[in-house]
Amino acid sequence: MRLQFMLSEIWIGLRRNASIAISVVLVTMVSMYLLGLGILAQRQVDTFKGYWYDRVQVTIFLCTADSGEPDCGKKAVTEEQKQAIRSQLQQMKPLVKQVYYESEQEAYDRFQEQFRNSPLAGNIRVGDIPQNFRVQLSDPTKYDVVVSSFEGAPGVGRVQDQQKTLDKLFKVMNVITIASFALAALMVLCAVLLMATTIRQAAFSRRRETGIMKLVGASNFTIRFPFVMETVLAAVAGVGLSVVFLWATVRWGIPYVAKVFPDLALIGVSDVWVITPWLAGLIVVVAMGTSWVTLWRYLRV
Amino acid sequence: MPPKSPSALRLPVRMIRFENVSKVYPRSTKPALTGVSLEVELGEFVFVVGSSGSGKSTLLRLVLKEEQATTGTVLVAGQEVGGLPQRKVPRLRREIGTVFQDFRLLPNKTVYQNVAFALQVLGRSRHAIRQVVPETLEMVGLHGKEKRLPHELSGGEQQRVAIARAFVNKPAILLADEPTGNLDPTTSLDIVRLLDRINRTGTTIVMATHDDDIVNQLRKRVIELADGHVIRDENKGVYGGGTAR
Repeated sequence: MRLQFMLSEIWIGLRRNASIAISVVLVTMVSMYLLGLGILAQRQVDTFKGYWYDRVQVTIFLCTADSGEPDCGKKAVTEEQKQAIRSQLQQMKPLVKQVYYESEQEAYDRFQEQFRNSPLAGNIRVGDIPQNFRVQLSDPTKYDVVVSSFEGAPGVGRVQDQQKTLDKLFKVMNVITIASFALAALMVLCAVLLMATTIRQAAFSRRRETGIMKLVGASNFTIRFPFVMETVLAAVAGVGLSVVFLWATVRWGIPYVAKVFPDLALIGVSDVWVITPWLAGLIVVVAMGTSWVTLWRYLRV
Repeated sequence: MPPKSPSALRLPVRMIRFENVSKVYPRSTKPALTGVSLEVELGEFVFVVGSSGSGKSTLLRLVLKEEQATTGTVLVAGQEVGGLPQRKVPRLRREIGTVFQDFRLLPNKTVYQNVAFALQVLGRSRHAIRQVVPETLEMVGLHGKEKRLPHELSGGEQQRVAIARAFVNKPAILLADEPTGNLDPTTSLDIVRLLDRINRTGTTIVMATHDDDIVNQLRKRVIELADGHVIRDENKGVYGGGTAR
């Protein structure tokens, strides 16, 4: 059987070149781990964004009597001012999708709920968080419009744009993404060079076999296929290991992040499964491309 | 004029035809072959003789398309080898068996595996391989030595394995590049007799050699090369060319 013969040739080749095959596995593993980490970080950013865009983007905090905000002038917001803000928000439809009013008691309750695991919760009293309007936008990127029209308005203490707070976090995540992509690119380059060297070495150590194959008229495919498959198998093993490590990172790393940021939506193990086919597909393409080019260069028929 | 071949009474089929072929290797000023024209017909046994560097190996390599003629045309079984695209070269080589001075066996495969390898890489079925490999080994006189490794065999036996490998696919042409160069005179003669037997099955044989004893004993067609020129081409020739002239 032709297939069985091919498989035995591939097996012999891998065994004979075991140490260098293992190094291809490891380099592929590290490169795909870093790439996977970058993609996961980006998915985390998207998850944050999606989470927050579904919720409140702009909070308009109203004045209290003992407010520290300069715009308030130590005067609590009046009922008329509140009504004026509410009707102004109504007029801003459809940009303003929804408005929630939150009393001091409600704000306090929500805070207690959100930070129930945090020592912060005990230090806050009712009234520390002012009553506020929480505004949801149809287009979260246009928060500026709302911010500018209410900043400094009568009765408004401060307009807080959640996006600004989040942007800092996104920036950190983006740095992680870029750094891991850059490292991954370097490692993929290493993987490509190592694969090429491996194939050169394998082609050299098996020049007797390939020489005879050429002589008896074996097709190019038959001669090259074992080399390509060895590289692809090593690369796939590397991706397999990298997925295991990504899974472990998410499985045990994310609960730790969740403790630090209890209020955030986080990625989970399912995200690892989503990116796995992409990582595997990429490395198979890289391995096949590299081996084909190398063989074309060093295994002339 | 090309010489009359032994099969002149039949309709001659040209297996190999060189038309004014020259070959200059890159980084070499002296041509390896100059204006060589010759024909080898189906079923012929031809010795190519000449001193080292006379162009014998180049001639064989051109037939295999391991080299490309600088000028002129090389035809093998009616096909122009020079214009053959790379992807069709394997098919050409399946029609040609090749034997070398240094045997070129795979050291970690047994006799049987070495011969079977040539069929395995062509994708032949296991059934066919089990049938044809023992037959071929029997024919070359290696029956009972299937499980030996090459280093456990004598030089002559190793060359028989190489011949079995070259012949197992029943090629139309068998090229032998100094197949007796590493062997003692008696063994050499055995090897050439084996090639002669293969020739009688209808396989065309072209053998490059220095071995004057063998050429003189077999009395086959002899093409002599010197400095890349064909200086002699005669039937039932001898090595030096003295007696037949």
